[in-house]
Amino acid sequence: MDLAKPLSPTPNERTAHRVQVGAIFKTFFTAGAISFGGGVVAYLREYLVHQQQWLDDDSFLDALELSETLPGLNSVNMSVIIGDRLRGVAGAAAAVAGLLLPGMAVMMTLGVLWSQQRHNPHLRAVLIGVAASAVGLLTTVTLQLGHRQFTRAADLLFIVATFVAVSLLKISLVIALLTLGPLAIWYYRPATHGSETAHLFLHLRERFHSHRAHWRH
Amino acid sequence: MYKLCSLAWVFALLSVVAVGGGTAVLPEMERLVVHQFHWMGDQQFRDIYSLGQVAPGPNMLMVVVIGYRLAGTAGAAVVGLAFFLPDCILTFFANRLWSRLSESRWRTALQRGLAPVAIGLMLSGTYALARLSISNVMGLAIAAVTFGILSWRRVNPLLLISAGGLAYLIFAV
Repeated sequence: MDLAKPLSPTPNERTAHRVQVGAIFKTFFTAGAISFGGGVVAYLREYLVHQQQWLDDDSFLDALELSETLPGLNSVNMSVIIGDRLRGVAGAAAAVAGLLLPGMAVMMTLGVLWSQQRHNPHLRAVLIGVAASAVGLLTTVTLQLGHRQFTRAADLLFIVATFVAVSLLKISLVIALLTLGPLAIWYYRPATHGSETAHLFLHLRERFHSHRAHWRH
Repeated sequence: MYKLCSLAWVFALLSVVAVGGGTAVLPEMERLVVHQFHWMGDQQFRDIYSLGQVAPGPNMLMVVVIGYRLAGTAGAAVVGLAFFLPDCILTFFANRLWSRLSESRWRTALQRGLAPVAIGLMLSGTYALARLSISNVMGLAIAAVTFGILSWRRVNPLLLISAGGLAYLIFAV
């Protein structure tokens, strides 16, 4: 990496018109308030790309790619990245606050009500059913994502190794990440030197064979 | 005060190791909250997780209820900040660095390498929730029907999740 390279221009300089911080807050607030049933990223795409047209689909998917690589919730990471792109630090803060405040208010209300009623057997039954249903939902989401990103047999190996380490061997997540993460990244490392060596080897072997053919004649 | 500090530390840690998102960090959250610190039983943990499914926004906002249960409103505030702020700061700087790294071929390696690990962690999260919530045929049936319908067509998950809650209530009464 060339560290001497100057920082890329701040996102503000690239956008033609400056989006108001208040407008950012309002849009993310709406997405945060209306996104019942999860899948917040899909709501963000609808509001930011299609309705407000603050960014195009390619930039949105670029931001999503980075959000998926970084730790944390995708929707929150997306809000930071897009908010920063629109209006710097203030934009990022407004986006995250807008996204989280409605859900947080509803969660606190539910939390207070639940605390008073948590021994109610009917409420417990409903919540068990909700959790069981969520298992089906999480399975669908995980399989869809896995299907999209699964290209090599090695992927399956890393998926299984991670599952076994965390769920069956009960290894702490920090340790699992610090061992399997670097291993998987190393497996997908840039192949510059490797391919150069391979080319040299092929070239030498070709010459060797042509020499042998030459001597045979 | 000691409890607030532990809460802050635990949820800040969970925030920065959540590669693969909220589901991926669920087993570690259960391990720390239920088994290591004994802050609550596994059934309470499951019930709070379920509350998160019915609220709008990211489901993982349910962490504020864990904080509320343990240390009231202050606990909710501490957990909310600890779980979201470190990750936001990390993402902010990583995003600005990322554009400088755009030509680096290690960027692709990082993405390609972490993707299967994230999927493995999401599987672990799903498994952890299944162990907490599926203890009989009815639970299994609700999970299977939800999975079947969602694989078949796009339905708002909130509908299926409400139906799941209702079905188990009828079964349990």
